[in-house]
Amino acid sequence: MRDYDEILTEVYQGLKAFGQDGVQLNEDTELVGDLGLDSVQVMEMLLEVEDRFSISIPINILADVVTIRDLALQIQRLTGD
Amino acid sequence: MALFDKFSRLAAARRDLAGYGVNPFGVEVERVLSATEGEIAGRRTILAGTNNYLGLSFDPECIAAARAALLAEGTGTTGSRMANGTFTGHLALERELAEFYGRRAAIVFSTGYLANLGILSSLVAPGDVLLVDADCHASIYDGGRMSGAEVIRFRHNHPEDLRKRLLRLGERAADAVIVVEGLYSMLGDRAPLAALAEVKRECGGYLVVDEAHSLGVVGEHGRGVAEEAGVEADVDFVIGTFSKSLGATGGFCVSDRPELDVIRYASRPYIFTASPSPSVVASTRAALGILRRRPELRRRLWDNAGRLYHGLEALGFRLGPEPSPVVAVLLETKAQALAFWAGLIERGVYVNLMLPPATPNGRSLVRCSVSAAHEPSQIDTLCAAFAELRGIAATPGYRACGADPAVAPAKASRGSG
Repeated sequence: MRDYDEILTEVYQGLKAFGQDGVQLNEDTELVGDLGLDSVQVMEMLLEVEDRFSISIPINILADVVTIRDLALQIQRLTGD
Repeated sequence: MALFDKFSRLAAARRDLAGYGVNPFGVEVERVLSATEGEIAGRRTILAGTNNYLGLSFDPECIAAARAALLAEGTGTTGSRMANGTFTGHLALERELAEFYGRRAAIVFSTGYLANLGILSSLVAPGDVLLVDADCHASIYDGGRMSGAEVIRFRHNHPEDLRKRLLRLGERAADAVIVVEGLYSMLGDRAPLAALAEVKRECGGYLVVDEAHSLGVVGEHGRGVAEEAGVEADVDFVIGTFSKSLGATGGFCVSDRPELDVIRYASRPYIFTASPSPSVVASTRAALGILRRRPELRRRLWDNAGRLYHGLEALGFRLGPEPSPVVAVLLETKAQALAFWAGLIERGVYVNLMLPPATPNGRSLVRCSVSAAHEPSQIDTLCAAFAELRGIAATPGYRACGADPAVAPAKASRGSG
């Protein structure tokens, strides 16, 4: 299982391409609510994150992913399999 | 959040559209004159957004078959086959579909949407894995969701990305189900089925191909992209629809798997919905016969498709990656696409307006679908209407070229990354 902080740092890196100017990323940042990602962008972002961590994220879990923390925890779980 | 708050974004989007003075998603076709013509806002209009690929919705033989069944068996079955019984026509259609595909058996569903929902929701279950091409139709994703299986999306037409994901699954790959379409309905691009089948052979899993837009359109006998690619033996389940080339409504699945018979009894979208009406079954059977007997319809379709694709290409429009009966014109913005679509309506041409999130990669496009029943002169009228509207696309950001490099044709050797 990978270190949570390490994952978080990489998630921030990965989200740069989707970032909105002026939005400071932290664990509580909401992907849709704060970053304003639409469903298409969320899917694109996932492909990016999946490549970065060499995992496949089932789209079923997306309903439970609201914040960057949620995403990082799911990645930690999936890299630990 | 209050009950109806969830609709506020949709309502805002609708108000936005109303601001343009058009409602592209609520067009009334006041009269239908033929497979290729109708009347919209009192104007005679060429219908080029119907997916009526072989033009069979007005075929005299199909109409006669439907009329005879209507008189003999009534307007509807009024219930599901499990409860109300199977009509002889349902069984005959299933036999004929199985025979056409050279498969052991078929199941007929009431719509194409239900065919995907019915097969996928029962084929996989919680604990199983469904690998779905990123650009697959909503019905495939909905079937996956209903199944409770893990749904994993792979990059569109990207065999290497699929391979990577199958390898990640380890032992679970052997029972994973891969779902792709033959011809994709938004941009008209084909799946690289030979390469995808190779990945399946190498890594394991089962392959489902939705040939909704390729039945009767692609392949020497019209069996679709798997036939054309020579990999039918690698396809475990073929799904399709009656509402495109067969000019009716309904869907089906064919397979050599003996389990298909049992899947029927596990499939809620099959069990709990009314079966297709006798007239629909009869016209579909007639249409399938015509599809087999008259390959010249397919040739005419492709002649028309080429005429439109190359006509629009010559005008400098950015198009889908390859000529096909689905010809998508890609525009930069939603506003451009809307203005374009409305301009075509004013010129007596009906095509489909496609906006995100229904489109790949958030693009806005106007999508034409070509029919074998179109006269070449109608295709020329279409091109002329597009030519008049070129100004709308001529903004600084619009790269005037043919195929969009961002949607390059599917190639087996596209590589990873």
